[in-house]
Amino acid sequence: MSTAGLVLPAMARRSMSSAKIWRAYLTEVKYECLRALRSPAFSIPFLLLPIVLYILFGVLLAGSMSHGDKTVAKLMFANWSVFGMMGPGMFGFGLFVATEREQKLMTLKRALPMPTGANLVAKMAMTTLFAALVMLSLIVAALVMGHPGLSLGQYFEVTLLAIGGSLPFCAVGLFIGTRASAKAAPAFANLAYLPFMHLGGLFYPLPKSVQPLEFLSPAFYLDKLLLRVVGAPNLDLLSQQTLGPSSFGGPALYVVVLTAVTVVFAALAIRRLARVG
Amino acid sequence: MSDGFLAQLAGVKKSFGTITALDGFDLEVKPRELLAVLGPNGAGKSTAISLMLGLAQPDAGTARLLGSSPLNVEARRGVGVMMQEVGLAAELRVREHIELISTYYPNPLSVDEVLRVTNTAGIADRPYAKLSGGQKRQAQFALALCGRPSLLFLDEPTVGLDIQARTTMWSTLRQLVHDGCSIVLTTHYLEEAEALADRVVVIAKGRAVASGTVDEMRAIVGRKHITCSTALTADAVASWPGVQSVNRQHGRLAITATDADSVVRRLVESAEGFSGLEVRSAGLAEAFTELTSEPANDTQEVTR
Repeated sequence: MSTAGLVLPAMARRSMSSAKIWRAYLTEVKYECLRALRSPAFSIPFLLLPIVLYILFGVLLAGSMSHGDKTVAKLMFANWSVFGMMGPGMFGFGLFVATEREQKLMTLKRALPMPTGANLVAKMAMTTLFAALVMLSLIVAALVMGHPGLSLGQYFEVTLLAIGGSLPFCAVGLFIGTRASAKAAPAFANLAYLPFMHLGGLFYPLPKSVQPLEFLSPAFYLDKLLLRVVGAPNLDLLSQQTLGPSSFGGPALYVVVLTAVTVVFAALAIRRLARVG
Repeated sequence: MSDGFLAQLAGVKKSFGTITALDGFDLEVKPRELLAVLGPNGAGKSTAISLMLGLAQPDAGTARLLGSSPLNVEARRGVGVMMQEVGLAAELRVREHIELISTYYPNPLSVDEVLRVTNTAGIADRPYAKLSGGQKRQAQFALALCGRPSLLFLDEPTVGLDIQARTTMWSTLRQLVHDGCSIVLTTHYLEEAEALADRVVVIAKGRAVASGTVDEMRAIVGRKHITCSTALTADAVASWPGVQSVNRQHGRLAITATDADSVVRRLVESAEGFSGLEVRSAGLAEAFTELTSEPANDTQEVTR
């Protein structure tokens, strides 16, 4: 067997054009998305669950209970959008990073000349794609069945904010992925995911005694931002429990909190990756 | 490149907590050589490779890779790596893995060329999760080659391979060295090192205890093995000077001797029914056992 040309001289120049480096990033993104889409344990729950639950609870159940009240329809669209943004980031980063660490794929890629952070950039792009697909499916369901009466501009603004608002969940997922084993990562991700979801006040008004805990959930802040765009109060306010965090702060504060969660958890995770791998 | 070495560890020390993994360790990888790094589990082999690849930093001493720091991505573009116990993304096909890793390198081979050279065309379109253990090693070998590396790090590359796949990999490795590639091979299969290595370094307790060619390593063990058919009894031969041990196996005497020449001469002169003489040097495995069973003393310099 001839292997002529298989080896470059040791002294060969090994600089890479920026076009080739871009191609490496894009290929990493392409295959990260492909592997996520081919992984039914990830793609089915996080692509299909938001749309199925939105139609069941947000459109059919809430619609029949509110007798077609547009405010409730708007609130449901915003709340289920928040729900749809949480899973891909938390589990996409949490599970895949933990698995790649445990299987030493992260170590192999550090030894190889992978462009800086390409695997994390690719995961970010993959979760953004999933978030966009979820928003697209929710918007189609809203237009066909939910009828929240939003303008195209409002749908667009909600989509952009929701995708941006998935960042803190990505950062928390990454943090879990850098600390937990592949087996423990789903459990830890759920330990954060479920409280975030319920304390976010997405599904039912929280009792007053529990309302201060809403401050702990990034979902609460994202929900408040989306509700502002669609023009609806959150569930606490709708049920006239006007005390507590729901009446506190404004959009600037919500953005600051979501940004801070993203920066702190991402920084802790990246520091851990650099030190321990 | 300093001193013409493709990779170098000089006076390297590395500890993990209270455990000293490497204690004043030196290693050079020369152009166009296959260097086998041998040692018992926990001897420091993996740490040495990690330092050369920039995966860890030495506490003292220096690590160099293709003339610069191993942290320099440009240096790592000259390197191919095959690690132990790595799991690639289960959902991606072998062809897709090769395409992805190829984009990390400035002048990679085409995917079809990689598949051809590594004899992996038959599994190119199979998801990684569906491969057998040996096929996974072949796929990882393909990834190590795809960037046309000048220096290959292979950690236990043939674990799980069937005989035919192992023979193919060995032949590819020989061809790569012939074409100018240097290879650092860690293996527990000593016959693999014996068959492939231009040079062997034995590590024990964080230090290089010996380095040299396979023949030079074998010579560290002075004894030879003699087998023959003879009317002499085992007890009689055991009393001869230079004889370490004698056994009778299947009607033949198996003698281990430190002075094989005089023992053979005496066998020929003194025995009736003497026939079927075989004399064989100690293998690398025996040299390895002898070197690593003793506490790490000063390096046995048997370097060419």
